[in-house]
Amino acid sequence: MSVATSTPSLPKQWQPSRGKVGMICLIAAESCIFLTFVVAYLFYIGKSATGPQPKEVIEMPLVIVNTIALISSSFTVVLAVKALERQKRSAFLGWLALTIVLGLWFVGGTASEWKGMMEEDGLYIGTNLFGTTFYSLVGLHLLHVVVGLTMLGIVLILGTFGFVRDRHAHSFDMLSWYWHFVDAVWIIVFTTVYVIGR
Amino acid sequence: MTTASHPHTVPDEVRRTFGARVHSWVVTVDHKRLGMMYVGFGLLFFVIGGIEAALMRTQLAQAAGKIIDPATFNQLFTMHGTTMVFLVGMPILLGMGNYLIPLMVGARDMAFPRLNAFGLWLFVFGAALLYYSYVGAQGLYGTSAAPDVGWFAYAPLTSKTFSPGNSTDYWILGILISGLGSITTAINLVATILVMRCPGMTLMRMPLLCWMMLVTGILVIIAIPVLTGAQAMLLLDRYLGAHFFDTQNGGSAVLWQHLFWFFGHPEVYILVLPAFGFLNEIIPVFSRKVIFGYALMVAATVAIGFISLSVWAHHMFAIGMSPELNSFFAATTFLIAVPTGIKIFTWLGTMIGGRMTFATPMLFATGFISMFTFGGLTGVMLAVVPLDWQLSDSYFVVAHFHYVLFGGTVFGIFAGVFYWFPKATGRMLSEKLGKWFFWLLFLGFNMTFLPMHISGILGMPRRIYMYQPDRGLELWNMISSIGVLFQGIAVGFFIWNIIASLRNGKVAGNNPWNAWTLEWATSSPPPEWNFDQVPTVGSARPLWDIANPQDPDSRHEHHQGEGHQ
Repeated sequence: MSVATSTPSLPKQWQPSRGKVGMICLIAAESCIFLTFVVAYLFYIGKSATGPQPKEVIEMPLVIVNTIALISSSFTVVLAVKALERQKRSAFLGWLALTIVLGLWFVGGTASEWKGMMEEDGLYIGTNLFGTTFYSLVGLHLLHVVVGLTMLGIVLILGTFGFVRDRHAHSFDMLSWYWHFVDAVWIIVFTTVYVIGR
Repeated sequence: MTTASHPHTVPDEVRRTFGARVHSWVVTVDHKRLGMMYVGFGLLFFVIGGIEAALMRTQLAQAAGKIIDPATFNQLFTMHGTTMVFLVGMPILLGMGNYLIPLMVGARDMAFPRLNAFGLWLFVFGAALLYYSYVGAQGLYGTSAAPDVGWFAYAPLTSKTFSPGNSTDYWILGILISGLGSITTAINLVATILVMRCPGMTLMRMPLLCWMMLVTGILVIIAIPVLTGAQAMLLLDRYLGAHFFDTQNGGSAVLWQHLFWFFGHPEVYILVLPAFGFLNEIIPVFSRKVIFGYALMVAATVAIGFISLSVWAHHMFAIGMSPELNSFFAATTFLIAVPTGIKIFTWLGTMIGGRMTFATPMLFATGFISMFTFGGLTGVMLAVVPLDWQLSDSYFVVAHFHYVLFGGTVFGIFAGVFYWFPKATGRMLSEKLGKWFFWLLFLGFNMTFLPMHISGILGMPRRIYMYQPDRGLELWNMISSIGVLFQGIAVGFFIWNIIASLRNGKVAGNNPWNAWTLEWATSSPPPEWNFDQVPTVGSARPLWDIANPQDPDSRHEHHQGEGHQ
């Protein structure tokens, strides 16, 4: 069965790739979740009547080093994608591993930041509105970093055993989009928490 | 085009055992089966939500009613609202999109078939979790059963202090999980529409339902995550002692309202845009005319999508916002009536001069136009801030949104069900029973909801479990309650119709309505792969082109400047 056409030449059709549309939609949905928490953060800035205030607990040097690590990982993941496209296996694995190390650095840095805040400053999620909004916004982002690292880790393990080929480059590129999104959101979170909110 | 028939798919299935058949439905990734399961679950919950409404109307039939106690009444209106929005409207509309979109764009499945199955089962899990609250929510506290905080769950009612058991947690988690299912389905729909179109199907040649579903999908992607985020905050409040909505510790109850309605108002359009889409398919076919103003309809839909994101606080006029905010949200609400009005006139323009026939789908479509316009006009009334201050949270509001969501969405759904049932099952629904169903439902619907305008203006608040005698409310409430009886009988006719027609309805054939879009080009029901050969189209009405090779649409569309994108 065929549905015949009466026009000899078909008009040009805009038909993007499935993975790109899916990933852009996912990123849009995730952005809206982040937007909700950012709005709540901005709404509650300066409204904590008691407990530690942002100025008293935030250690900028630690955060800046963290930020540099995470932003750099966006560059290394691009290099990993390029290496995979050019079928340079060891370069691909190397850049991917470095990306994961930088991501883990960020997770560890945030852990030590939180440890200091809880043990030294006594700031918990229920202490005041700053604690409530801070831990939930930064924590939501951290959750996304961990999800991204898990997926990158799976690719690294598969790649080490030689299961990742150049035909997977598009899929890996989509994963790198997610990682770029996690980094881009960090810039928003950083601006909200450590620039506007401090 | 040859008449495709696929007899070999059916006997194969009949021979299998019952267990094997259930298994095949559970593991399926076929968009048609998933779509039918969405619609099936949705209709099941439609009956459950209807029973909840009938119980409330029984209590309110007489002044100072003593049938249902106040606590149960709170659970009933919460579960009725939550069920009808999240477990009826969403799954049926997204499910019909799931079934129809790949067929309409000439694809063999959705863009992500396995994600599609995942979305369905998330929805089923969320729905089961919500209803499990009747059994499980007692928890260790022994208080409360089903959620009783209203479908919009205003803070601080939802805090641990005022909602100690687990009922609110079941509400949060049930809706959060089914919401994730909706997001995955929306991503799938958007990707399918943009990526999976067959050769020749440019964006401006898609059936209009695809456009409505595209905008709906984008709205789901923007709106539902905001509810998900707000619900996550509420969980943090309830379990980790956060203070987002905790008014005792500086949290804000108004923030919840803003976040909820930022989701809640686009949700209204999520629930009605696909129904608009059904009308866009049905009205031209039963008027035997091309849709009047295709491009205008697309533009109006996109405009509605945009404006619907900026009207949410018209649900909050009564909370004491600043005059500037009130004016802004009143203005945007007036504005959104314009593209909606354009659609009404587009449908009327299609009907004028057409050879109209009133089979059941067309009856429901015209019923939709009249009832939805009525509800739209009371909506414009409620956008007038001083009037809203008088009528907010009264039965007038209940009447308004039932005219939009029942007279609109539900009538649209039934129009669609009667129109596409032959495609999905291979059998026609009975016209005789269908007409009984329509007229009884139309009568019962108006009996129930028209008097609510009056009882609302007389001052009856919504969500009260009883009212005192001698306030002039008895007559109107009695008429409303009797109307439910007619609606109940009508739904009985519908269920009878489905069962009878599945058994020995008239065999439909590929294209029983003589329609023009691609889903009618394949067999009824379509084979698992939809099309033996991926179709190629030259216009927005490919089946018209085949039937009328001497005067195909493609010859005309270039003059109109359509067809290219």
